[in-house]
Amino acid sequence: MKTFNELKKNLKKDFSKLKTVKLAVLGDSATQLLVQAIKCYGYETGHNFDIYEADYAQIERQIFDSSSELYRFNPEFIIVFHSSQKLLKNFYKLDNSEKAVFAEKHINYISNLYHAVASQLKSKIILFNYSEINDSIFGNYANKTNLSFIYQLRRINLELMNLAQQLNNFFIVDLCLQQSHYGTEFMIDHKVFMSTDIIFSIDFLPVIAKNAVDAITATLGNIKKCVILDLDNTAWGGLIGDDGIENIQIGDLGAGKAFTELQLWLKQLKQRGIILAVCSKNDEDAAKEPFHKHPDMVLTIDDIAVFVANWEDKPANIRYIQSVLNIGFDSMVFLDDSPFERNMVRAHIPDITVPELPEDPAEYLSYLRTLNLFETASFTGEDGQRTRQYQQEAQRAVVQMRCASEDDFLAGLNMYSDVSPVDKFNSPRVAQLTQRSNQFNLRTIRYTDEDMQHIRGSDQFLTFAFTLEDTFGDYGLISAVFLKKRAQGLFVDTWLMSCRVLKRGMESFVLNTIVESARRNGYEEIVGEYIPTLKNGMVKDHYKNLGFKKVEGKDNEWCLAVGEYKNLKTHISVKA
Amino acid sequence: MEKAEILKQVNKIFIDVLDNEGIVLKDETVAKDVEEWDSLTHIQLIVASEKHFKIKFTSSEIQGLRNVGHFCDEIQRKLGR
Repeated sequence: MKTFNELKKNLKKDFSKLKTVKLAVLGDSATQLLVQAIKCYGYETGHNFDIYEADYAQIERQIFDSSSELYRFNPEFIIVFHSSQKLLKNFYKLDNSEKAVFAEKHINYISNLYHAVASQLKSKIILFNYSEINDSIFGNYANKTNLSFIYQLRRINLELMNLAQQLNNFFIVDLCLQQSHYGTEFMIDHKVFMSTDIIFSIDFLPVIAKNAVDAITATLGNIKKCVILDLDNTAWGGLIGDDGIENIQIGDLGAGKAFTELQLWLKQLKQRGIILAVCSKNDEDAAKEPFHKHPDMVLTIDDIAVFVANWEDKPANIRYIQSVLNIGFDSMVFLDDSPFERNMVRAHIPDITVPELPEDPAEYLSYLRTLNLFETASFTGEDGQRTRQYQQEAQRAVVQMRCASEDDFLAGLNMYSDVSPVDKFNSPRVAQLTQRSNQFNLRTIRYTDEDMQHIRGSDQFLTFAFTLEDTFGDYGLISAVFLKKRAQGLFVDTWLMSCRVLKRGMESFVLNTIVESARRNGYEEIVGEYIPTLKNGMVKDHYKNLGFKKVEGKDNEWCLAVGEYKNLKTHISVKA
Repeated sequence: MEKAEILKQVNKIFIDVLDNEGIVLKDETVAKDVEEWDSLTHIQLIVASEKHFKIKFTSSEIQGLRNVGHFCDEIQRKLGR
C-alpha cells in the first residue's frame, strides 16, 4: 500500500478525466488529512471525489439543519466519522443509570441522523464504526458489567450492524477491524492527536482511506466477480505432474495446511457468489485428478466454473476464461505463485488484479485478506448459484458448437422467460443488477433497494423484470426495463441485461414485451437513450439494431413508433 | 551527527513531504517562508522526521519549535542521547 506521502503526490495529477463522485465528510475531530487521503486514494481507483468537508465538529448541525451546506451540496455519499475518543468523553459525563443505556441511546441518535438525511437526500451514508478503547477502569471485569465503556462500545458496533441490515442507504466501514489488524498504537499518534485533534496517524490514513473508498466504489459497481487460480504451489504444494497425487501437499502433508486454509477461503468466496476458475500449466487429466481423487482437497470440480489446464500461455487462457464468463477483466483476480506468470499476465492484461503473493504459502491467506478484494454493496441468496450457472453456460457452448446454425441452436434450447413487474420479492435482485451490470446497460443508472421501492411504488413508471431458463438450467432474473411515462410516450429510463444471456435473442423478447405493454396502455412511442460509458460500447447500436429511428438533433436518442411495430422473431416463450 | 548534515537531511524530508524541489532551508527559516508549510503539513514534517531519524518528539517540544535551526538542534540533542 502506498504511504500517505506517496498518495499525496496524486494531488498534482489530472483528475478531470476520472468519474466525478460527490462526497461529504463530516467528523467530530479534525478531518483535513483524512479528506486528503480519500481524495488521493480516489485517483488510484479512477475516481474524482468532489469533496465537501464540513467544518470541525459539525455533524449534528449539518444533518439536522435542513438548510445546511450539506443539503445544498447534495452529495452521493456522506462519510460520518464519530471518534471513540469523543464517545468516551460523553460516556464519562453520565451517571450509572444513563451509562447502562448508552449504546441504545447512541443507536437511536445514529438512526435519527440517517432518517434526517434520508428525508431530503438520496445520499448513501458511510459510517465508520468505533475503534475500541481499553480505558482500564474495570480491567477484564469490564466484560462482566454493562457499565463499562467497552461493553457499551461493543454493543454499539453490534447494533450498527443490525441497523445497517435494516437501512438500505447505510453502510459501515469497519474501523474496528482495521484497528485489530494494525493495532491502536499504529492507528493513533497520541502526540499528534493531543496537539491537533487529528485522530489517525499519518501511516494509518491510507488504510482507512482505502476502506472508505472500497465501500463507496463497491456501490458504484466496482467489484470483483471472479478468482482465477493457478494450481501447482498455489492451490496445493508441489507439482502434480512431477510429484504425483500422493505427494502433493494438502491437508496434513508438508506445508499442506496453508493450502487447505486457502482452499477453505476460496470455497467460502464461491458460496458468496465469486466465480472460481482454474488456469494451470498442466495436462488436463493430471490437473483434475486431485479434484476427483484427493481426500484432502476442499475444492471440488463442481466449485470450478471454468477449468483450463494446458500448455498455452496464461494470458491467452485468461482471455478464453473471460470470453466464457463474459465479465470485465477489471472484475477478475489472478492468483499464481510464480512471479514470472504474474508479470506476464499483468503485462498483457493490465486491468486484471494480480496480488503479489508472498513467497511463503503460509502467508498467502493473511496477505490476501488484507487486500479487501471482495468488497461488495449487496448480497442476495441467488449469488451462491452463480458457479452452476456458468458451468451450464460452458455446456451450452459445447452444444452450440455442434449445431448447424445459431437459429437451430436457439430453437433447441427451449427457452422460457417469466415476466413480472418489479415487486418486493425481486426488487433486491433488480437493484443489484443495476449496480453490477456495466456492459449491457444503456444508461448505467445505479439504483439502491430504497430507490427501487420508490420506483415500483410510483405511478410514473412501468417496470419489467425478466427471468430466463432453458434446457440446461435456470439463469434467474437477468434483465430489467423501467419505462418512465411522458406526455407523448414512454422513455426508457433503464434497460439492462446480464451478459450471461447475450445472443439468446433476449433483447427481441424484451422489446416485444414492452411494446405490447405500451400499446395496451395507449402510448404511441417509446424513446430510448444510450449514455456511453467506458464499458457499455456493446450496446452502442442497440436501439438502431432493434429498429428504432434516430431522434433528429439528438446524438444518442432513438424513437420507436408503437403503431408500426411488428413483433421481432424470438425463440423465447413466456413462462406460463 | 554534524548539524549541517542534519539540516541537509531535514531539507530532503521537506522537499519530499511538501513535494517542492525548490525548498532550501536555513537555520532561520520559519513556516511562513515556505508556501506549503502550514499546520497540517507541519504534522507530516514532524512525523516524517521522527521516522527518518528514529526519534520521538513530545507534544510540548513540537509546540515550542521556533525555526528550522532550532528543530535541527533538537534532533541533534535527541540523537546524541
